[in-house]
Amino acid sequence: MENVYLTIVLAPLLGAVIAGFFGGRIGRQGAHAVTIAGVGLSTALSLMVLARFIWGDLPVYNEAVYTWMVSDGIRFEVGFLVDRLTALMMATVTFVSLMVHIYTIGYMADDEHNWPKGALTGKNSYQRFFSYISLFTFSMLMLVMSNNFMQLFFGWEAVGLVSYLLIGFWSTRETAIFANLKAFLVNRVGDFGFILGIAAIAMYFNSMDYAEVFAAAPAHAGTQVALFGGVSLMTLICILLFIGAMGKSAQVPLHVWLPDSMEGPTPISALIHAATMVTAGVFMVARMSPLFEMSETALSFILIIGATTALFMGLIGLVQNDIKRVVAYSTLSQLGYMVTALGASAYAAGMFHLMTHAFFKALLFLAAGSVIIALHHKQDIREMGGLRRYMPITWITALIGSLALIGFPAFSGFFSKDAIIEAVGHSTLYGSGYAVVLLTIGVFVTALYSFRMYFLVFHGKPRMDEHTRHHLHETPWVVTLPLVLLAIPSVVLGWLVIEPLLVTNWFATGDWSPIVVAPEHDTLQPLREHWHGQWAFVLHGMTMPPFFLAMGGLASAAVLWWFTFAKNPKIDDQLQAMGGPVTKVLQSKYGFDDFNQKVFAGGSRLLGRVLWLGGDRAIIDDGVVNGSAHRVTALAQRARHLQTGYLYHYAIAMIVGLIGLLTFFVVL
Amino acid sequence: MGFEKFLFYVFAAITLFAAGMVITRRNPVHAVLYLVLAFISSAALWILLEAEFLGIVLVLVYVGAVMVLFLFVVMMLDVDIATLRAGFIRYLPIGALIAVVLALEIFLIVGPANFGLQQFPSPVPAGPDVSNTEELGLLLYTLYVYPFEIAAVILLVAIVAAIRLTLRRRPDTKYMDPAKQVRVKKGPDRIRIVKMPSESAAVPPVAASAAPQESTE
Amino acid sequence: MIALSDYLILAAGLFMLAVAGIFLNRKNVILLLMCIELMLLAVNMNFVAFSHFLGDMTGQVFVFFILTVAAAEAAIGLAILVVLFRNQQSINVEDLDSLKG
Repeated sequence: MENVYLTIVLAPLLGAVIAGFFGGRIGRQGAHAVTIAGVGLSTALSLMVLARFIWGDLPVYNEAVYTWMVSDGIRFEVGFLVDRLTALMMATVTFVSLMVHIYTIGYMADDEHNWPKGALTGKNSYQRFFSYISLFTFSMLMLVMSNNFMQLFFGWEAVGLVSYLLIGFWSTRETAIFANLKAFLVNRVGDFGFILGIAAIAMYFNSMDYAEVFAAAPAHAGTQVALFGGVSLMTLICILLFIGAMGKSAQVPLHVWLPDSMEGPTPISALIHAATMVTAGVFMVARMSPLFEMSETALSFILIIGATTALFMGLIGLVQNDIKRVVAYSTLSQLGYMVTALGASAYAAGMFHLMTHAFFKALLFLAAGSVIIALHHKQDIREMGGLRRYMPITWITALIGSLALIGFPAFSGFFSKDAIIEAVGHSTLYGSGYAVVLLTIGVFVTALYSFRMYFLVFHGKPRMDEHTRHHLHETPWVVTLPLVLLAIPSVVLGWLVIEPLLVTNWFATGDWSPIVVAPEHDTLQPLREHWHGQWAFVLHGMTMPPFFLAMGGLASAAVLWWFTFAKNPKIDDQLQAMGGPVTKVLQSKYGFDDFNQKVFAGGSRLLGRVLWLGGDRAIIDDGVVNGSAHRVTALAQRARHLQTGYLYHYAIAMIVGLIGLLTFFVVL
Repeated sequence: MGFEKFLFYVFAAITLFAAGMVITRRNPVHAVLYLVLAFISSAALWILLEAEFLGIVLVLVYVGAVMVLFLFVVMMLDVDIATLRAGFIRYLPIGALIAVVLALEIFLIVGPANFGLQQFPSPVPAGPDVSNTEELGLLLYTLYVYPFEIAAVILLVAIVAAIRLTLRRRPDTKYMDPAKQVRVKKGPDRIRIVKMPSESAAVPPVAASAAPQESTE
Repeated sequence: MIALSDYLILAAGLFMLAVAGIFLNRKNVILLLMCIELMLLAVNMNFVAFSHFLGDMTGQVFVFFILTVAAAEAAIGLAILVVLFRNQQSINVEDLDSLKG
């Protein structure tokens, strides 16, 4: 199987290299052909691996394929750990990536309009874009298939790099450059924690290998670290690793980069900033479940952070008017759900939601992109409306995506979200009460903002200008095909996989279980006990508060924006005005951006200025470097008068010295 | 007081007197001649110390060659003595003071208290069959043969350096430069034989007949 | 008998006269060279005296080498002097200040 796994990883890389370095030569056709071929091969093989895990008896693969170096007993390797967890991620990542590749053909078809005339960076931008997304696929696969922390970190940073490149893809736009720098810097904060966590693991376990670390972890359960007056080693490691996940998965307060990342082209918003990269943190925590299970403090921390993100980011979505930003805040909120599930030790539920979310959120993003294409890159939902008549496929698929997102019964989101809320409800950790309340309210909020957007975009009277409306038509098949292909799993996936994933512990292969849950944390246990098939779950879910809240949200949205908006187009503004200070707080996004801008950016600029003027210029330049030179010059200016250049002066000096020495010896 | 001691005092007095004259004479030629005197009397003192070979060498090489060279240069250069003597008197006290102080300090060390006959008794005079030259030669050509060779090289270097320093290239002398001769290229640097039509045809018959005697061809 | 100290004192006197000569004739390069010759003579005198009183011929070997080097030095020094005079029309030490900073 080693060759298969290598092919899965390297095929996208090869495509990226060819499209990136020879893009000008092979042209647009060549670039998208070669990258889609690479990712398609990798998708096919991933699905084959997944199928063999499901129906065959493929053994877990955990081997190093290349040893980079061995230092002080720690092996730095490139290796693959492919179990069912990995196979699931591989299939999700490659499938969504393939869809996005196909979609990009349509989305980027007229990319030259996005660049200023004659901009050098705009040359071959189409090929470069394909190269980047293929490179991203490679990096993400390296991340999920890794069997050691070094490769995990490599993938972690590589996806961050590609994300940076793609957010700032339209590099002539100032906002894009600002956004990609912001994303990079905020991720750096998270990565700092992450690498400290890896360093702590390397220090105490003397190994980089997952299996070895997990095996040795129970021995360190009681280890204390002399830090902040003594903390448990496991808590320290887990919180540090989770800080990395907070950066990558955009959890409060490191979430600020994700909404801004919408400056990038929509396909990558779908692929990287909704479906795959941002879920890397969730995947990582699930993968490290044997470590996280040993620290209740860390789990509580995760729980609270996740629940906070889930509700409060959803609230911001209510006041956004940019179609992509609404979806972005919904992504933040859903990531909060996943992270909360992890905090409640329901790793399987988190992974389940990750998977369903990957499909329906990619679908929503791509549908939003389709709308954006049709409206010639206008993104304000107040200037849309009535699009269902012009774009039927986009309309239907977006409706499916929205229903899946709000957790409409029997859609995929329903299963995963209900499972999470139920699991959190059973959690006994500190903060679980807080979390369950927030998550339940979050369901209402999710329904409200999703359908606010849906109604404003697809229903009511068209509000765009005459010229745009005249040109409105359904997008080409390369755009709609991925929508349809993603809509299918958005509907059925939950139904199909909830039983194996949550109930029958499908992840375990033989003795190897990638997700380890301590018995006292097992919040999915009640679900398993009361499992009577999907129908029973659906029917049971329909009697629970989250269902009523979701339906309430849907209905409120329908009343407000479907029926009222047509008669009174100012209703949106009026509602926001009614909110008063609350709206202000939401519109300022709780002030995180201003705070960061003032305190961190301003503070570091002030610090830099002080160091520059005080430290560098005054002390180093004027003091040490030029100062010492000036001292030497001044001293030399005086000392040079000693050097007359007359021979006899030197002779006198010598003889006087001779006399001095002689006197010294004689007197002694 | 033996004859030997008498000789010592005489020659020592001559040496010191000559040295004093060297540094005080206005005329450099006189100074060189007094220096010759100092060397000769020193040579006499060395012979008194049974260093006959060195005494002779001092006279032959130093007086005969080096001092003559000095004399030669002094006479050759047209030196303006007046400016060179300026400040002589001004510096006399300090020069004298330093010399006296230094001399007193050295006398304190090398005086009879430390290096008298008690400490260093006079050695037995060598017999008539002992050759100072032979002894020196035995030592020079065996133990000190390498320094001896080096000394020869130093002298050679001195010769080369002195010649190189004083060598002057006169502009009106013609030289051959072998380097340039080797670097000659085919073409402009070499003689070319140019074919030309015979001149006789071009010369008008009248002119040719007017001066038939001058034509050598 | 003549003691070693007599020779040493003589040599010291000779040396002091040379030093004083350097001070007095500080402008005349030829005289400076001659004073250096006098100093070397004083040093040689010491060598010969010690060689005699210690019965060791090595001292005389040293004198031999010093004479060689002194001859070389005198030759080169005078050559420099000649070139100097040719370029500057002067052997005044005070005129030789082109190295002064």
